[in-house]
This record gives sequence, C-alpha cells and structure tokens, in this order.
Amino acid sequence: MIEVKNVNKSFGDNHVLKDFNAAFEPGRVNLIIGQSGSGKSVLTKCIVGLMEIDGGQILFDGNDFSKMNRLERKEIRKEIGMLFQGSALFDSLTVEENIMFPLTMFTKMSKKEMLDRANFCLDRVNLEGRNKLYPAECSGGMQKRIAIARAIAMNPKYLFCDEPNSGLDPSTSIVIDNLIKEITYEYNMTTIVITHDMNSVIEIGDSIVFVYGGRSWWYGNKEDIIKTDNPEINDFVYASQFMKNLKNKLKQEGM
Amino acid sequence: MLRYVFSRPERLKVYHTRTFNEIEIIGLNSIGIVAILSVFIGAVISMQTAANMTSPLLPKYTIGYITRSSTILEFSPTIISLILAGKVGSNIASEIGTMKVTEQIDALEIMGVNSLSFLILPKTIAAMFFFPFLIIFSMGLSLVGGYVAVTATGLSSHEEYVFGIRSFFLVSDITYALFKTVCFAFIIVTVSSFFGYYTKGGALDVGKSSTQAVVWSSICILLTNFILTQLILL
Repeated sequence: MIEVKNVNKSFGDNHVLKDFNAAFEPGRVNLIIGQSGSGKSVLTKCIVGLMEIDGGQILFDGNDFSKMNRLERKEIRKEIGMLFQGSALFDSLTVEENIMFPLTMFTKMSKKEMLDRANFCLDRVNLEGRNKLYPAECSGGMQKRIAIARAIAMNPKYLFCDEPNSGLDPSTSIVIDNLIKEITYEYNMTTIVITHDMNSVIEIGDSIVFVYGGRSWWYGNKEDIIKTDNPEINDFVYASQFMKNLKNKLKQEGM
Repeated sequence: MLRYVFSRPERLKVYHTRTFNEIEIIGLNSIGIVAILSVFIGAVISMQTAANMTSPLLPKYTIGYITRSSTILEFSPTIISLILAGKVGSNIASEIGTMKVTEQIDALEIMGVNSLSFLILPKTIAAMFFFPFLIIFSMGLSLVGGYVAVTATGLSSHEEYVFGIRSFFLVSDITYALFKTVCFAFIIVTVSSFFGYYTKGGALDVGKSSTQAVVWSSICILLTNFILTQLILL
C-alpha cells in the first residue's frame, strides 16, 4: 500500500501540490485524474523519488520513502515497475534486452533463466516472437506493451503508469487498459495510473483520485464518478457538449 | 555529480561490457578522422617549417626535429583532443541528452540503477584508456605525413628528416603528452556528460547541450593545456 500524507511541493512561487493526501491499495487499479497542469505527474514523480517533496510523508507499506537514504530508496525502487508516457525503452537495446535489463542489473539469474523470463513477459503482453526487434521498429502500442513487459520483469509490488494511453487509438488503449488491470489482479500489485482518458476511467477505475489545484479534490470509483454532482469533476468529465448532453439525457431518464 | 559517477557499480560485469562497447564507439570509431588529420597536420608542419627556414646556417634536419617536437608536445595531444571534443563530446552530450528528454534516464533511476555511474563511468574509463593509444597513433602518422611531404617536394632528404626526428629526443616529452591526453579525455567525457545529463526540454535543447558540450570541453582543454604546460615544462 502506498500512502501520501500532507505532501507539499513547490517550484519557486508555484505551489503545485498542497497538503495532498491519498491512499493507494494493493490489488486495485488506482487512478489519478485531473486537468493538465493540476500536478498529477509531479505527484507521481514525488512518490517514486524523481522529485523531492517539500513537506509531508510518502509511505510504502508504512515505510517513509521521503526520509530514506539513497541505498534504502534503491531497495524500494527494485520493487517498482514504471510505464512512462513515451515508453522510455532503451533505443540501443532489442526488445528482449530491454526486458532482461533489470534482471541483468539486479539478479544472479543465468542467461537462460533471464531469457525464459523475458519470453514469459513477452507472452504475457501478447508479443511473443518479437524478441529481436529494436524499439524503433515497433508501433506505439507495441512499445507500451514492451514497456509493461519490462516493468513486470522483476515481479514488482508497485506499478506506476504515466498516461499509458497517450497517442494510442481507442482499441489499442483498451488492450493496454485490460493488460494493466489483469496484471494488477494477477500479481496483487499496487497500481497507480495517471490518465486523462475517460474510457480508462470507466474501464479500470477501481479507485479514483481527482486532483484539482494541487489538492486531492475528490475520491471515489468508476460508479461514483458518473453519479457525482461535484462541479469540478463534472467540468472535467463532461467537458464536451456531447458528454454534457449525454449526462442530461441520463438524468432525465433517471439513471 | 562526480561523486555519483565514481561510486561503486551495481554490477561489475555489466560495466565491463559497457566499457568495451564504449572503447569501440568513442575510440575505435575515431581512428579514421584521427588518421586523416594527423597525416595532414604532420605534412603542413614540416612544409611550413621548411618554408620558414630562410637562414642557410640552420641545418636541414631542423625540419624533422621541429615537426617531431611540435607534433608530440602540442599538435597530437591538444589539436586531436580538440577534434575529439567535437566528435566524441557532441556524441556523448546528444546521446545522454536524448536519453534524458525521452525519460530513459528516469527509467534507469526508477529501476534503482545509478544512472550517472552507469552512463558516464564506462565512457570515462574507455576514453582515458584509449585516447593515449589514439594520440600515439596520431604522433606516428604525423611524422609519416611530414616525411612524405618534405621528401616528395624535395624540401629535405630521407636521411636529414629521419636524423631530425631522432635528434634530442626526450622520453619525458611522450610522458607529458600522454599525461595531457588522459586529462583531456577526462575533461571531454565529464564536461559533455554534464551538459547531456542536465538537458531539459526537447530536441532543440539536446542540440544546444551538444553545442555547449563542445564549446566548454574545448575551453577547458585549452585552459588545462596552458596550466599543465606552465606546471610541467616551465
């Protein structure tokens, strides 16, 4: 479980996170949603330690990550898998080498064991047989799936996904969403997904935090978000005229 | 930054492999440009020397002697290092800069890898190990270039040139040149890596970092050269 308690983060005069609180439970897909510039990515970077917080606590299973030294953080990070917005695959390595990379760095597995693990992860994301391709030879959707395969190679306890659907068509987005959902349940991971994509929210949102003005503005799940009367949430979810009309129609029909 | 670069590697075997790869990328792949430049530098120095020897009192072997001294003391270690600052420095800055803006460095950090050490240490070791060989190679080719130029144009004979390059030879000159080269190799890799690693933004900023890496590496090389010459030779 990951807990964020009263976290503050500023860049000069720009106070991005203001007493932010949230709890992300294992075995659930926890979504962080919010408008661009609301502080979602900063929050994720603070949680994984890519940015230092100004105040508050970030607890990984009760251990205060923000107070850990470099070596202690390293141990926690070995249990973190992360899917970046741009996939962040290593260009100079093949698909197989990308997936084997964390295993090479941190395990004493033999080459064959690592290869077996890479093949298993590739099978898991439906990319069997693509071992020798380079990232540049793969489509955007494939790159995301390879990044997921790399993220799960070390059997992480925590999975972070930064806008996993950005730049993908709706059907590929659903494939990625389902994959994230399946591996979260399968490995009982604490999964945190940052997204703008309302399809994802409805599809996989077991638990949702809405970030507004740097604060944790609203909590709920995919059912709650449809019914809520919170004006800020509604402005975000039902931003287009089409969605507003849909909401009014659903209301008129008593749904 | 340097404290993290030289901290204990996570996996020594991986670092060994990376160091050998870097020797190929930043060392072996530079042989061609070093060879071409060295031959022409040697040829031009010898011809310039011959053209400026107007006094009949100066013996002809002076051409070989001056070519050797200039090449070993300055042209090979300093000018070739400046060229390598352009070729290797921009390569390092753009490689690391691109990794930075495409979040590959963040990915390394999230995995628990010390990205500074993982990316920069193998390059530093490779350059400090291999650049001296490149410079020795450059010295040899410069002397050959000078020889070809002066004998082909009839400015000096084979015997006079060879006698010149063997006259008043000091091994300490080579030691000094190689010591300078190792310092320059360290400067090129660390300065370029610094600009690459702290790139922020997008493709345009990677280009800017690459340019800054070359400019600052060159300035640092020239300053270090000045200081080392003062300290060691004078």
